[in-house]
Amino acid sequence: MADPVPIAQVVIHQRSGEGCIQEDRVFCPGWAIDNIDRYVDPTLQHVVLVAASVGLGFAIAFGLALLSHRRRWLVPPLIGFTGALYTIPSLAFFFLLLPITGRGRDTAIIALTAYTLQIIYRNIVAGLANVPGDIKEAGRGMGLTERQLLWRVELPLATPEIVAGLRIATVSTVALATLAVFAGGGGLGSEIIAGSNITFKTGIVIAGSIAILMAFAFDAFLFLAQRVLTPWRRAVQA
Amino acid sequence: MIAPAKPPLALLGQFGDAFDFIFNEQIGRFSGGEPVGGPEQVLDLAATQLELTGLAMALALAVALPIGLWLGHRGKGELLAVAIGNSGRALPELAIIAFMAAAIGVGLLNLTIALAILAVPPILTNTYVAVRQVDRGAVEAAQGMGMSAVGVIGRVELPLAVPTIMSGVRTSTTNVVATATIAPLAGVLTLGDFIINRNVYGDDGVLAGAICVAILALALELLLSVVQHLLTPRGLRAVAAEAA
Repeated sequence: MADPVPIAQVVIHQRSGEGCIQEDRVFCPGWAIDNIDRYVDPTLQHVVLVAASVGLGFAIAFGLALLSHRRRWLVPPLIGFTGALYTIPSLAFFFLLLPITGRGRDTAIIALTAYTLQIIYRNIVAGLANVPGDIKEAGRGMGLTERQLLWRVELPLATPEIVAGLRIATVSTVALATLAVFAGGGGLGSEIIAGSNITFKTGIVIAGSIAILMAFAFDAFLFLAQRVLTPWRRAVQA
Repeated sequence: MIAPAKPPLALLGQFGDAFDFIFNEQIGRFSGGEPVGGPEQVLDLAATQLELTGLAMALALAVALPIGLWLGHRGKGELLAVAIGNSGRALPELAIIAFMAAAIGVGLLNLTIALAILAVPPILTNTYVAVRQVDRGAVEAAQGMGMSAVGVIGRVELPLAVPTIMSGVRTSTTNVVATATIAPLAGVLTLGDFIINRNVYGDDGVLAGAICVAILALALELLLSVVQHLLTPRGLRAVAAEAA
């Protein structure tokens, strides 16, 4: 495999500890407390992978959605195209890109970005389509140009659905980014697997738990961001 | 890295070698003389990947569909159905597979269960939501005609819910067939073996594996979109086409 050498040594080192590690029980709290600092870098790499992929995915999907907003005939082909990108398994995508972009973080980010496009694009299109016609008419009646209508009326009203798409894409990407290790992209996957060796149970549990907590943290952040961005909805609900 | 970075012009060459790996058996440079690649091995691994995907989906459907239909029919457990759907997405595929393999054991059965765990949430949530969205008027009409609960679910709610249920099934299938690629880590040899065991198959095998996995996933998605069309009641097809 690609990064072969140190794994065996690490595993031996890990297992030459107290009894829990030697028996390789499901979870060894002592080891976890002593070694928690080794998860800092993979966690930060993971955050970067997710933030870059979803950020890039949002920028592209947003551009595509604006492009197809007044050209409705573009929507079906764009749904089909992003759907194909969504369907191609990320692991395969990494290695299809390998001859072009090489190993590393950028390759992982490109593949993860491609994965997010479908979810985000669909939700932006649906959000814009669900803006009631009479509200748009009212906006036009007030003398708004089409551009002003889009930015001041349609996009704000579509924000809940756009954020819903971002939340789904972000949570899925946090889980999926564990595979970035296969592309040499680092992240929490590197503490789950090394080469084709599954490392050890406590490591899997810790890295997996961090990934799940990270997904919930991103989700909560986006939920709060939506509440800040759409103050009028709180007024209606109250 | 064994292979140095190649100039862009060699690009087709590398993909060409990968296709050669798919269609012609190679003398394994890395496998100690064992032949690798070729259509026989590719189809064999693809069949295992499809089998694994099929088993996991069957198990997930058997669990999620009845629960989703029943909860939706009763209009209860919305919080549960939605919470399962949302937290299911957060499960890291690699960690689930690795943990299953390390803690419980390798093999087809364990892997099927692990993949089914990943497949249940989208099916359950979509089934619940789909049944809730069925026009209450249609349900009440059926009840007024004297249909039993099972009749209402089977002959009214389920057919009308098919498009949304199938979109959940497609999401799950995409996820499961993708995750089945890392099945060799848990001792079941799928097309992912080409990708993961580069020291056996070389760079051509890795790229060939990636191509085959991508084609398999796209073909499965296409097949399921046809199945969805066939399962959708005639009266709903026009509506579904408009929505898509």
